[in-house]
Amino acid sequence: MKTHWKITLTALTIAVAAALPAAAQNPDVAAAEKEGKVVWYTSVDVKVAESIAQEFRQKYPKIEVEVERSGSERVFQRENEEHQSGIKHADLVNTSDSTHFITWKKQGMLAKYVPAGVENMPKEYRDPDGYYATWRATLCVMGYNTNIVPPDQVPKGYEDLLQPKWKGKLTKAHPSYSGTSLTGTYAIVKKLGWGYFEKLAKMDVQQLQSTTATPKSIASGERAVMVDGNEYNMFIEIKKKSPVKIIYPVEGTPFVSSPVAVFKDAPHPHAARLFADFIFSVPVQQYLVDSGGVRSVVPGVNDPAGRTPLKDIKVIPDDPEGLLPKVDEIKKRYAALFGGGK
Amino acid sequence: MKIYVVSAEAGAHSIAGSAASGFPSTRKRRFSFDPTAPFSIAMALLLAVLVLLPLGWLAVTSLTDDSHAHFTLGHYRTLFLDREFLEPFWVTLWTSAAVGVLCVLFAAPMAWLVSRTDLPAKRLLRMLILASFATPPFLGAFAWVLLGGPNAGLVNKAYYALFHLRAFDASPLVNIFSAWGIVFVTALYTFPYVFTFVATSLDHIPSDLEEASAILGAPSWRTAIDVTLPLAMPALLAGFLVAFLQSMTLFGPAAILALPASIDTMTTKIWSLFQFPPKLGLAAAASLPLLVITVVLLRAQAAIMGRRGYSVLGGKTTGQRLIRMGAWKIVALAPFAFVLACSVLLPYGVLAWTAFMKNYSAPLAGNFTFDNWRFVFLEFSQTRLALTNTFVLGVSAATAGTIVATTVAYLSLRKLVWGHRPLSFLATAPVAIPGIVLAVGLFLAYTHPPLVLYGTLAIIFLAYLTKEMPVGYQQVSSSLKSVHPELEDAGRIFGATRLRALFDITAPLIRNGVIATWLFIFIGSIRELSATILLFTAKTKTVSVTMFDLRESNDWGPIAVLSLTMLAITFAMIVAIQFFTDRRNA
Repeated sequence: MKTHWKITLTALTIAVAAALPAAAQNPDVAAAEKEGKVVWYTSVDVKVAESIAQEFRQKYPKIEVEVERSGSERVFQRENEEHQSGIKHADLVNTSDSTHFITWKKQGMLAKYVPAGVENMPKEYRDPDGYYATWRATLCVMGYNTNIVPPDQVPKGYEDLLQPKWKGKLTKAHPSYSGTSLTGTYAIVKKLGWGYFEKLAKMDVQQLQSTTATPKSIASGERAVMVDGNEYNMFIEIKKKSPVKIIYPVEGTPFVSSPVAVFKDAPHPHAARLFADFIFSVPVQQYLVDSGGVRSVVPGVNDPAGRTPLKDIKVIPDDPEGLLPKVDEIKKRYAALFGGGK
Repeated sequence: MKIYVVSAEAGAHSIAGSAASGFPSTRKRRFSFDPTAPFSIAMALLLAVLVLLPLGWLAVTSLTDDSHAHFTLGHYRTLFLDREFLEPFWVTLWTSAAVGVLCVLFAAPMAWLVSRTDLPAKRLLRMLILASFATPPFLGAFAWVLLGGPNAGLVNKAYYALFHLRAFDASPLVNIFSAWGIVFVTALYTFPYVFTFVATSLDHIPSDLEEASAILGAPSWRTAIDVTLPLAMPALLAGFLVAFLQSMTLFGPAAILALPASIDTMTTKIWSLFQFPPKLGLAAAASLPLLVITVVLLRAQAAIMGRRGYSVLGGKTTGQRLIRMGAWKIVALAPFAFVLACSVLLPYGVLAWTAFMKNYSAPLAGNFTFDNWRFVFLEFSQTRLALTNTFVLGVSAATAGTIVATTVAYLSLRKLVWGHRPLSFLATAPVAIPGIVLAVGLFLAYTHPPLVLYGTLAIIFLAYLTKEMPVGYQQVSSSLKSVHPELEDAGRIFGATRLRALFDITAPLIRNGVIATWLFIFIGSIRELSATILLFTAKTKTVSVTMFDLRESNDWGPIAVLSLTMLAITFAMIVAIQFFTDRRNA
């Protein structure tokens, strides 16, 4: 029954598409190929980003993908700087700080575009007006190096890290650089207050920038425990047989959703839409989950065996509306304690 | 060796204001429309715009509010009263002073050993010092993260293994993520400047006084301390100042080593003021102290060096009497072994290792991989963009820089036109503008109409052109000086026009020097980070900035591959320079 219905629908779509060749929601492959290029600003780990780009090139060899990878906050700044200077370079964007999308939408910088399949996603993961949707999600986890930390010593949560024995052994990402770290830092502030970070600042923490960097730091053994890092990078490290394990803190694990949006001024509008459709499609999402370690909110995509299901983890939901007015204060107070940023 | 003399010497010259006097000019003609006059005027205008426009904007922005409408001292008040800036300022000053002292402490005895004793393997040592000079400091800082990270750094791991210690329990041999880490790495790559300063000056100090001391029976060490040291004192002081300035204005080592330790310096602070929305007034105000300190110290250095002008191409005055060291040779080699191992051998080794490893700190078994190379050259979409941008910038800055430098050097050395002095002053003035300060000025000057260059390669091109101008000018004028104007005069007596004489006589003679200048500017451009970091946009990324981005996500494998690529290009260029400068002297 269902299949019949689908076939009918497809036939109908083709008929409509034929009648209205410029239909807004159907990316025009020929036009995209004529544009020949798509520029993607993203904060996802550079190797994950390039592997997605590689998949896309294989399907559409006539379209070049240019990946510009940096931390979420850096991506936000670069885009704003360029936008203000009248430079139109980025076609679509992905960061792990949902407040960016609220801001850009308000400023009218985004194009209204709902990639195929997004309409089936749960409501909380997509903009009701169709400007952006959660392309990937991850948890902002703790983690440790199993060669350095004996099993009976493993910290259970954030509070444990203030014990003197962890001095000089911690690493953390920077909320002025990383959206995941910003989301996580905000969640910890809400739970434990700034007093927690004032004490943590005295623990001789290795201050890195990206939450993709902290898992690599503990994998190399440079530090024993990471205060925050991407769950997906931990899965990647574990797959590479690095001596690391994830900790889901007892206080709760911050959930971080990373939306994707197409820019209104995209220099390659068709290619951007084609690319958006591609990266939201079920096979690509499944690939992203399997090899990139992220969590997907697209229906029909499943976690591989061995990963703790989301429902079994005490998650602190992200709260972009609540975070937005606090972003500058968090960055400033954090930098006063840990340096860097502004 | 003359290759790296030039950049250090550029400093000494410009502040003397009299950038090289050259030979007396040809007799003035009664009538003449000199075809070089319009050139000269155009060059002066070009140089003035290049240098003065950014500096003007810098001054204005630092003294006005955001609309540029009202005068304010608010930015300076924040700068000099807020702890947020006072601390980085203090860190910058003391680390730079420490770099200066460290460089002199090592450079003085090492230069003496090379210049005055029968130290073995001098040629090899000089080559390795040249290699450390050619290594971009930020690249050295990357390598030292891999070597000197307190727990996973390979030097520390070796140290723990050797003494049966456990990481985390024992304190590390080196903790590179510290203010002393910046001092150490910066000193390693600033050391060659100081060494060259001192070695050149020792080569030029006549040995008669030292011989007199020896004849009167003083032992070698006494002669060195009582006679040679005072004579070399100006060079030591000048070397200290050059090292201080280098350290004060470098962005790479500070950003790579200090930020993880929650330490800020002035350069990292200016950089963070540039994060959107940029605080331009404060950034401009924070830049000016760096500019003022640089100008003052360069003037001091010029005063110290006096009119001695340890020139670039001079040979030794007389054959030096070399002190025989016998068995002490081994001991004498120790400081060289230490410095060169830390600046060249270990860093290159760890980069080569990391480029082929999955995890740089894991043992070899099961760790070997070509993935990093495949990623960089086949998957990473930034590689082609960054290499193309870097190459385009290098070639255009080198070509334009060589043309301008050659023209200016010719006009001012031959004193062809009125106003050749300001011309040579303008060409050497940028030596006093730190890269990051220049970038702040350029950003301010070229994000406004009429000329909006931000977001294009042009603004980075201007940064490189301005920054490399003094080196280029110094290099060309040194080779022009070796061609006596008599030769041109002879041609003109036989009826050739000035241009014809220039093209047929002088041009072929200085050709190799000009080519070397081109290569010099090219090398300087492809490794630039301090200015580029403020001026690039996604479309105009260079290799250095791309590597910096990769560092923020700890992708050491790809960083190592890009580092080796950059070193390979640099050394290919150096071999080319050696080839052309050797032919010039032949």
